[in-house]
Amino acid sequence: MYEHDGEKYFVVDAHIALWDGRESNQKNIHGKQFIDCFYDYHKNLSPEDAVWDYDTYTYYGGQRLLKDLFEDGYVDHAIFQPAILGEFYRTGFGQTEEALELTRQNPGKLTYNHAWDPRFGEEGLRQLREDAARMNLKGVKLYTAEWHGDSRGWKLDDPWARRYLEECLELGIKNIHVHKGPTIRPLDRDAFDVADIDKVATDYTDLNFIVEHVGLPRLEDFCWIATQESNVYGGLAVAMPFIHTRPGYFAQILGELLYWIGEDKILFSSDYAIWTPKWLVEKFVDFQLPAGQSEYAPITVEQKKKILGLNAAALYDLDVPAELRLPTNAGDTGAEVAAGAKEAVAS
Amino acid sequence: MSTVTPAAQTGLASEVTAALATVVDPELDEPITDLGFVRSIRIDDVGVTVHLRLPTSFCAPNFAYLMAADAQDALRRVPGAGRVMVLLDDHHDSDRINAGLALNAGYRGTFGPEAEDSLDELRRIFQRKAHTAAMERCVMALLRTTDRNLEDLHELTLGELPGGPHKEALLRRRTDIGLGIRPDDLVVVDEDGRPVAQSAVPLRLRYAKAVRVSVEGNAHFCRGLLATRYDDEPGGLSTHITDTRRAS
Repeated sequence: MYEHDGEKYFVVDAHIALWDGRESNQKNIHGKQFIDCFYDYHKNLSPEDAVWDYDTYTYYGGQRLLKDLFEDGYVDHAIFQPAILGEFYRTGFGQTEEALELTRQNPGKLTYNHAWDPRFGEEGLRQLREDAARMNLKGVKLYTAEWHGDSRGWKLDDPWARRYLEECLELGIKNIHVHKGPTIRPLDRDAFDVADIDKVATDYTDLNFIVEHVGLPRLEDFCWIATQESNVYGGLAVAMPFIHTRPGYFAQILGELLYWIGEDKILFSSDYAIWTPKWLVEKFVDFQLPAGQSEYAPITVEQKKKILGLNAAALYDLDVPAELRLPTNAGDTGAEVAAGAKEAVAS
Repeated sequence: MSTVTPAAQTGLASEVTAALATVVDPELDEPITDLGFVRSIRIDDVGVTVHLRLPTSFCAPNFAYLMAADAQDALRRVPGAGRVMVLLDDHHDSDRINAGLALNAGYRGTFGPEAEDSLDELRRIFQRKAHTAAMERCVMALLRTTDRNLEDLHELTLGELPGGPHKEALLRRRTDIGLGIRPDDLVVVDEDGRPVAQSAVPLRLRYAKAVRVSVEGNAHFCRGLLATRYDDEPGGLSTHITDTRRAS
């Protein structure tokens, strides 16, 4: 919980990781390249006093995670969104068992989401059922651009992916987080193309599709489809840190999102440990559109409360203390957005 | 070496730089020379060798290949350049891309069955986005600085736009995607260059703005990450040029 100017904010960090990028865990040069690339993101976009040394960054462990999120970072609840990357790391990049154990030890504070890949066919479906039971899954994180054997990626509307989505419905896994953003070796399967989200969001209205990194670097394509579909959400991971380095630009992203997808569909996340939540939460609550940007309406306290935590709480059925709720519901999927856009598409 | 000819004397270095400046990062819509992607240029008696670099090891290989191949083509058009070599540094696919460039293997030949036949469609998508963003910049500047209003923008023609970098950029982007640049051509058009009805103009501009915000965001990311990645490199993000060619 974060309190500022007499207002109290329930904070859900909707995208965190517990990774091991140490040399001892690297399978090949790509493991090194990957963690180095992550470190550059961290170093380039963090305030100076929030920059970690490289060794800490490669592996920080569960206790450090708890401190950064819950003691220092104002976070009430956080959701693991792992990147497995078995081709680069011996025990994977995201540490599944360690994260699961941490989740069990801290009831009510952490949610563990896992992953599936439709290219594993029947075997993968069996695994998904097992994982759902063992990990108590409410959500999954998917990487459609990941390479596997000769395949250079997949689409959510592929026949096998549909079978997995149908299995998720059966298993009560209703939050489908999809990584559409900076990624590993996308070649012709455009890693940022969100057209597949559009198709499955229409067909599976009981599932929620959360597009991570708000579709950056194709924000406009994401916004356009999210406007058409009431079950498409945007995760702010990677977009958030601009609030420090380029606040004027952050204002534009937020302004566009509020216009196109609305205040009920935007989820805060730090992308921990690429960035830490403390400074992001503080700056976000303080944030206001720079003077002169009259093209966007001012951001209200209510909007900030929804984005920082109440929207994600609605998706994950989290118990929000009464004093931190809003008089109206967050996560209102029927709210009118982007006036005229739907009609334009329909005509 | 008895005669080292500085760049200024042969003029070749400036021609090489100018040729590289015509190569654009399709996603960012900016020349690779402005972005700091040209790490070094070496001119010797045999030819020209250019090293390129990108913000991360994992920048999409299709875009990486596209820029490197465009650079090679541009350099081959420079008279007297000699043997042209373009090398991409520090990319996870560097070996494959550099081998493909050296062999003139083309995109498919470089990446094999992983790749589509060509990158034309990808290039086209981003040329259309670049045009949309350029159109928005022109129109918004006009709305800010004149008393024109939204209601008559569907009739706005190129001839009515004031000259300057915004307009020049728009004309270039229009040429790229095959749209006319006559003074009486309409400014506000859809993705395929067709006129936009008066009632549809506000939404078209809203979308165009999202495109522009997106493209600019990518550029912020890429510039920042490149600067962080190469912050310990002597000379920082400037291009290191050596010219040892003997004057003929």
